[in-house]
Amino acid sequence: MSLVNLHQVHKYYGDHHVLKGIDLDIKAGEVVSIIGKSGSGKSTLLRCINGLEQYQEGGITVDGKEVTTEDIQVRRLALSVGMIFQNFNLFPHMTVGENVMLAPTIVLKKSKAEAEATARAMLEKVGLAEKFDSFPEKLSGGQQQRVAIARALAMSPKVLLCDEITSALDPELVGEVLKVLEQLAKEGITLVLVTHEMNFARDVGSRVVFMHQGKVWEQGDPKTILSNPQTDELKQFMGAVL
Amino acid sequence: MIEFSNYDILRNLLFATQWTILLSLAAFIGGTTVALTLTAMRLTRNPVMQRIVKIYVELFQGTPLLMQMFLCFFGLSMLGYEISAWGAAILSLTFFTSAFLVEIWRGCIDTLPKGQWEASRCLGLSFLQTLRFIILPQAIRVATAPTVGFSVQVIKGTALASVIGFVELTKVGTMLNNATFEPFKIFTLVALIYFMLCYPLSLYSKHLEKKFNVSR
Repeated sequence: MSLVNLHQVHKYYGDHHVLKGIDLDIKAGEVVSIIGKSGSGKSTLLRCINGLEQYQEGGITVDGKEVTTEDIQVRRLALSVGMIFQNFNLFPHMTVGENVMLAPTIVLKKSKAEAEATARAMLEKVGLAEKFDSFPEKLSGGQQQRVAIARALAMSPKVLLCDEITSALDPELVGEVLKVLEQLAKEGITLVLVTHEMNFARDVGSRVVFMHQGKVWEQGDPKTILSNPQTDELKQFMGAVL
Repeated sequence: MIEFSNYDILRNLLFATQWTILLSLAAFIGGTTVALTLTAMRLTRNPVMQRIVKIYVELFQGTPLLMQMFLCFFGLSMLGYEISAWGAAILSLTFFTSAFLVEIWRGCIDTLPKGQWEASRCLGLSFLQTLRFIILPQAIRVATAPTVGFSVQVIKGTALASVIGFVELTKVGTMLNNATFEPFKIFTLVALIYFMLCYPLSLYSKHLEKKFNVSR
């Protein structure tokens, strides 16, 4: 059964037609990598799925429920969709532990003890259990991003959206974040990631979606599509990134 | 003609200083309260609310405080509302203070990255929860120094209340000068007292700025 479904989604920024009729169906447990040049609409697509951006035509459903940018809808959506950002967006005035505990406490109304237990477990999972009482700015970029992952996981989302989450990291820190993602993929969590990490897409992903000029240009099994691209645009793109 | 000793002059000035402090406090409290309300209105994404705040700010920032005081004092009485000099001074200083604070705070809130709002939204926090747990704690840290700094403007602004007859430091200074014809001595003293009120606040504001600029 499909977990995320996009049907003929169109999105405009004023006169600029960013998404031109996107059809995409993502099943539970899939790891979908969205690749493409900058400006091809991949981040916008991701932000439409969790209601951060409004789309003008078509329909998006997550877990069978329609996605809109209405506040109340977005908040309900947040229970099933987690999001990780390029710039981490941790809350700098809170400790790592408080960052992870916040939403479970005030949104899910968990008790403090329960939220803390979850937070510690999630931080353990991303390998940062000992940083519970540190402030985000004391951590490296890679560690901050792993905290952001733990924070999203603490809401037990059905699908995790990752928007270029390794792009702001120093090269030597990319590996630790990807390793966490790989672990999550193995555990069967549904991942949709906008990424430039072709190796990750090939080795861990279950599908690659190549976007070009606001359309899904080509998609399929990572190994097949990346080693044997069908369209000139993907060939060109592969030539540029490899 | 009554003779005023230096002691008499100082005693009278210091007594009047109490009223300057009281008026400053009242204006600051009033201004903060109104500014908080306006800030909340501005943060709702309601265009009508935002428009109201914009007009308010432009109106009270774009006209002299003295004119606002005249309008509050003489204008309201002409419309049939009896208002004391004290009331008119508080009212106009509240308008003035809030119009500036709203803009100062707006700057502080706008310096917070947009990602803080987005991350909160993606975690399912409501608008008010985001404000309370994420935005305000961070904005207050940034806003404290400029807000304390602005309180100096409020204290100096209270001097204008002397024009509508409210008896505070400047007014008493003028009255003493009329009696003694010693403007240099008296107004130097008056200025000195204002300085002693304002300077510690300026220092404190600078101290806060340093404290919050050093990251945590």
